Amino acid sequence: MRTTALAAAGIAAAAALVMTACTADGGQADGPVTITYTNFISNDGNEENLQKIVAAFEEEHPDISVEVTTLPYADYGTALQTDLAAGTVSDVFDLEYANYAQYQANGVLAEIPVEDPSVYRESVLEAYATDGKQYALPSSFSTVVLFYNSDLFDAAGLEYPTSDWTWADEQAAAEQLTDQAAGVWGDHQPVSFYEFYKVLAQNGGEFLDESGTKTAFNTPEGVEAAEWLVGKSGTVMPTVEQGQGTPDFDTNLFSDGKLAMLHTGIWMFGAFADVPFGWDIAVEPGNTQQASALFSNAVGVSSGSKHQDAAAEFARFLTSSDVMVETRLDAGWELPVISDEAALESYLTLGDPANRQAVFDSLDQVALPPVVAKGQQEMQDIMTEELVEAQAGRKTVEEALASASERIDAAIG
Amino acid sequence: MTATLSRPGRAAPPAVRRAPSGGRTPAARRRYALTVLAFLLPSAVPLAMFVLGPMVAAAWISLTDWNLLAPANWVGFDNYAKLLTDPKTGDVFLHTLAYIAGYLPLVYLGGLAIALGLNTALRGRTLLRGVYFLPVVTSWIVVALVWRWLLNPANGVVNTVLAWFGIDGPGWWTDPAWAMPSIILASAWKDLGFVMVILLAGLQAIDPALLEAARVDGAGWWRRLVSIIMPLLSPATFFVIVISLINGFQVFDQVYAMTGGGPGGATQVVVQQIYDLTFRYGRAGEASALSWMLFVVILAVTVVQIRGQRKWVNYG
Repeated sequence: MRTTALAAAGIAAAAALVMTACTADGGQADGPVTITYTNFISNDGNEENLQKIVAAFEEEHPDISVEVTTLPYADYGTALQTDLAAGTVSDVFDLEYANYAQYQANGVLAEIPVEDPSVYRESVLEAYATDGKQYALPSSFSTVVLFYNSDLFDAAGLEYPTSDWTWADEQAAAEQLTDQAAGVWGDHQPVSFYEFYKVLAQNGGEFLDESGTKTAFNTPEGVEAAEWLVGKSGTVMPTVEQGQGTPDFDTNLFSDGKLAMLHTGIWMFGAFADVPFGWDIAVEPGNTQQASALFSNAVGVSSGSKHQDAAAEFARFLTSSDVMVETRLDAGWELPVISDEAALESYLTLGDPANRQAVFDSLDQVALPPVVAKGQQEMQDIMTEELVEAQAGRKTVEEALASASERIDAAIG
Repeated sequence: MTATLSRPGRAAPPAVRRAPSGGRTPAARRRYALTVLAFLLPSAVPLAMFVLGPMVAAAWISLTDWNLLAPANWVGFDNYAKLLTDPKTGDVFLHTLAYIAGYLPLVYLGGLAIALGLNTALRGRTLLRGVYFLPVVTSWIVVALVWRWLLNPANGVVNTVLAWFGIDGPGWWTDPAWAMPSIILASAWKDLGFVMVILLAGLQAIDPALLEAARVDGAGWWRRLVSIIMPLLSPATFFVIVISLINGFQVFDQVYAMTGGGPGGATQVVVQQIYDLTFRYGRAGEASALSWMLFVVILAVTVVQIRGQRKWVNYG
């Protein structure tokens, strides 16, 4: 008898295990709904600002509550992809421009009706439309500019960078500002895909050819651009051995007052607000022409969402409401993608950096990252890996570009 | 002399022990079967849900072009064909084999040395056993970060100490030639405790009378080790090698945390490629095919070992 009881207990335990694996899906009645929103845009300092926008939305829509999950940017892509594969993705989720095409092509994004497209900055809104339908709404944009420590420039008796600078001016200043014995470096620019496509544009080159499925950077302009990027390492910029390339290395070096110039995004304004030295920004120098990286984040609504109307309402509020504009400008967060230039006026007088006009100036000549429908991440990884090989001196710049071009063609073709 | 020592002084077990079948009547047999089932279920159910189920699913996915996002299409054996012609596949298997070739001897001999040392009447040996086992239960992320700092080429402890002796330390994880040795070193260090525990248990099962008899007959330390300890330790050695090889083929955490597969792909291993293909590149079909290729390789290696054990493993 005892054995039968034991067997029954075992089977019951097993059944319990199986049952916890399947949860019932409750049907959706009218009335209050809860939607979920997964984001990376507020990570690292803007969580409360996002909460402010969410609170305003919930106040305006008492029947909708929003459950926010915030993930670090580095893990976000993997988490999103896993959630999409598992069917557990949030109703509303962040995405970035470089990945929009891939997600749209795979049908994971629902159409988001927009009554009044004129409130958005037209060119950015269009980047998230396919065949005349809006599949995501831009939540912010940001550009990459040249940050500089004005105290270090003063100490060296050098003129501050201006928006008319070229690579040669930057190079000359970087050399004079570098004092390796004192641990002070002249310049920092990441060695990566995102920098390369931009310096390529600054040198008049193209990353992809017209077909969009083949690389076009293995040219003399490309070689020169790659040399500009990797040549800083060990002369005016720390090497990989010294920590270059690890997360936050460059921004910490700048905050410590040990870096004279830094290429990074305007999202760093808040983090640098309290540094104990003077600093400002300028439009990034170009070589044959200027080109600034424009990054844009957006929100999409899951095509599998059970609350698509509520989700779309939140997506519109998050990207175009006055509360959002006000919160973003007050906090010095990334810029809202609105067409109303007057509303952005206050941004210019927010304090450091003084030359906020450079942010708008950098928009005059932007370089958007190359986008492919298949193999986007692979393309980025290969490009970065080959550039780092050249940076370490294990390959010549020519070899690295030839190899990158061949490998990327195979991945995106 | 060795002939008289080759068999310990206890009766050999019968060659085949008949498993009890639970009595003769059908009712008694059924009750016995239910008991066995009840004891197996708590581990069989999770095994089926989290190991066998995913394995079958991966076999199916490996025959499709699933990209995690869109519905999958049947592609037959295309993924396998693609992997077999992709030079990257050979690279990641070679890197994995290089890892095993360095790791296995190091962790076994290191573990053996410590086990031999701790099998003596050393003061504080209980504490030392705990100390050596501590890295085994520590998270790989923590261990990898610590080793990354120890082996930091510019200002790590190891290169700083080497510099005191005028040695210009290598670029550990920044030099492609040294990155895999760095990972092997950290891995062997972390797993020493595990090997030590298994081998120590094996050592303690050896009848001291045998060693004493050998000593009386004039066998030195080395002779006792080679002719008595190693043969009698062979079941533990066999277990350590089988487990370490299986774990070695699946090396991932330390690579991911220490080098990320770099520099320049010099330390990319099979499981990392499976991870990248799936979660970075959305090529779940190919990743599943690679998982199955790895499974077949591990299975083959393990079968060969189990077949080969007759020749050298001594179950007394």
